[in-house]
Amino acid sequence: MTRFLLRRTAQAVLVLFIDSVVVFLLFFAGGGAQQVAQRFGGKAADAARIAQIKHDLHLDDPLQVQYGHWAWNALHGNLGYDYYASQPVISLIHQAAPATLSLVLGAAVIWLVYGVATGILSAVRNRSLLDRGFTASALFFYSMPTFVLGFSLIWLLAYKIRPFPFQGYIAISQNPWQWFLHLVLPWLTLALVTAATYTRLTRGSMLDVMGEDYIRTARSKGMSERRVIFRHQLRASLTPITTQAGLDIGTALGGVIITETVFGITGLGWTAVKAIVNQDLPVIMGITMIAATFVVLANLLVDVLYTVLDPRVRL
Amino acid sequence: MSAVPELIVEGPGTGPADVPAAKKIEGRNPWRLAYERLRTDKAAKISFGVIVLIIVLAFVAPLFTKITHHGPNEVFSNIGQNANGGPVPPSGLFWLGTDASGRDLFIRILYGIRISLLVGVLSTGVSVALGVVFGLAAGFLGGVVDAVIARMIDVLLSLPFLVVALTLAYRYGGSLWLVVFVLGFFSFTALARIVRGQVISLRQKEYVEAARAMGARSWRIMFIDLLPNVMAQVIVYASLLIPLAIVGESSLSFLGVGIPPPTADWGDMISDASGYYQFGYWWYLFFPSLALLGTTLAFNIFGDSVRDALDPRGSTYV
Repeated sequence: MTRFLLRRTAQAVLVLFIDSVVVFLLFFAGGGAQQVAQRFGGKAADAARIAQIKHDLHLDDPLQVQYGHWAWNALHGNLGYDYYASQPVISLIHQAAPATLSLVLGAAVIWLVYGVATGILSAVRNRSLLDRGFTASALFFYSMPTFVLGFSLIWLLAYKIRPFPFQGYIAISQNPWQWFLHLVLPWLTLALVTAATYTRLTRGSMLDVMGEDYIRTARSKGMSERRVIFRHQLRASLTPITTQAGLDIGTALGGVIITETVFGITGLGWTAVKAIVNQDLPVIMGITMIAATFVVLANLLVDVLYTVLDPRVRL
Repeated sequence: MSAVPELIVEGPGTGPADVPAAKKIEGRNPWRLAYERLRTDKAAKISFGVIVLIIVLAFVAPLFTKITHHGPNEVFSNIGQNANGGPVPPSGLFWLGTDASGRDLFIRILYGIRISLLVGVLSTGVSVALGVVFGLAAGFLGGVVDAVIARMIDVLLSLPFLVVALTLAYRYGGSLWLVVFVLGFFSFTALARIVRGQVISLRQKEYVEAARAMGARSWRIMFIDLLPNVMAQVIVYASLLIPLAIVGESSLSFLGVGIPPPTADWGDMISDASGYYQFGYWWYLFFPSLALLGTTLAFNIFGDSVRDALDPRGSTYV
């Protein structure tokens, strides 16, 4: 276990290091510096001004010096400062994170509950009308691009019937009820698009074990059907669902760009898009690395959870 | 014995597009079985029909410009716009109404099919090529190669796809090829893992040993001996990648970094319409969304049927 953890942690650190180099080269290399300076200086800036900006932002240093500088600061918990307001990137992330966190965690609860519940019902009533209905709706929402579903929900529930606001995000500390109201549609959007995978995973893995000996044994010794389903059959879907959830939540925490754009939620994804439009490299770099860290951590966590969920797995 | 005789064996591992619906002389080999399962599947038949219809519409789009005399990028500033300069609703003149610039929405949706299909197919091609090569190499060669590829996949999975795509598009300008390669590059990871898993279980088989005993080189064993045996999985996955790529492309266009305007593109249309539908211009948002959803749905249903046909047991991965 310890050896496994050490190895996986080393791998995670390696992956994050490669991430940072790749992202750095992708964003800073090529005509990047010139473009950034021009964007920063505006149309009126002449060559001298551009050179000055480049110098001020350290964009004229050799790449390895720039990277070294960034990495050294990052290791000390400083992700640099944004180009425009000179705010620390960390505090920008800190401002944007609650919105993304509210969106993703709320949606994750909905998609897990809905996905697993429909999956169980589909598996138990295999090939019934209910099963077909859930399977069809899973396919339907799975095929639906996030922004199409988002706009459909806005059109239906904010425009035609009006219980929910169109857009925006209200902090929970400011007004919990408005926070909730503003998040219902984004939650539904993200959850419905994602839940389809869970319906199918749960249904599939439960059906896979349906004919197994241990299920028949459990039934033949008089165990109640409910207990067979929840204790034995559902157990089989725990591992694939955990894996999928880890990956999905980890990825989503890095910024659910489309959902945030459609609903005007000023979270990490929205901040990232703004930074890209402004060519604000430290912010892009910071958010990308935070996002990558979420994914890597989620994967590590899932691996550790395996041992808890499935005693056969030894690390 | 009762098999259809008119088609010729082409050897296993021909192009993904024509395999499920094809060939082999002698009775009941796996491909034949899959084809028969597919033929009796009602959902497969309907979705396949829709896909064929979509492809045909993409090809005959110019025919409709002839009928309506409306070009895809032609602006009708008087008849195509209302008094406030907004879009006009569906009518005999503009079958599905117009967009905010006074262009014929129906014609633009038709032309939009071309971009969606092109990107869907091309980026799936990139993804399959990368997935097969890296999967085979990781599974068959193992060791250092496997470890390096595994880390590469970790890196790709951990980077936020849209942030990278947006940054590249802002730096180098959006273009068809950028979209195709970014989508292909970010979606081959799952395929590589599937191929790798298959290859690891196959490389112990006698026929691989026999090939090696005969002096076959690694690349020959990988691509001539092993590849045909993982092809079924590759096809299943590829057929599900096409709709994903179509969604990916429209998402990039929606964010304003896909195929540059004025080329007709569904994601771009939906993004434009998002500022209008609250004012009663529902058709502007509705029809492009419907076209996009219909296309991805048809491909997903068909992909699902292909999976059930080729691999009736394993239906747990998406």
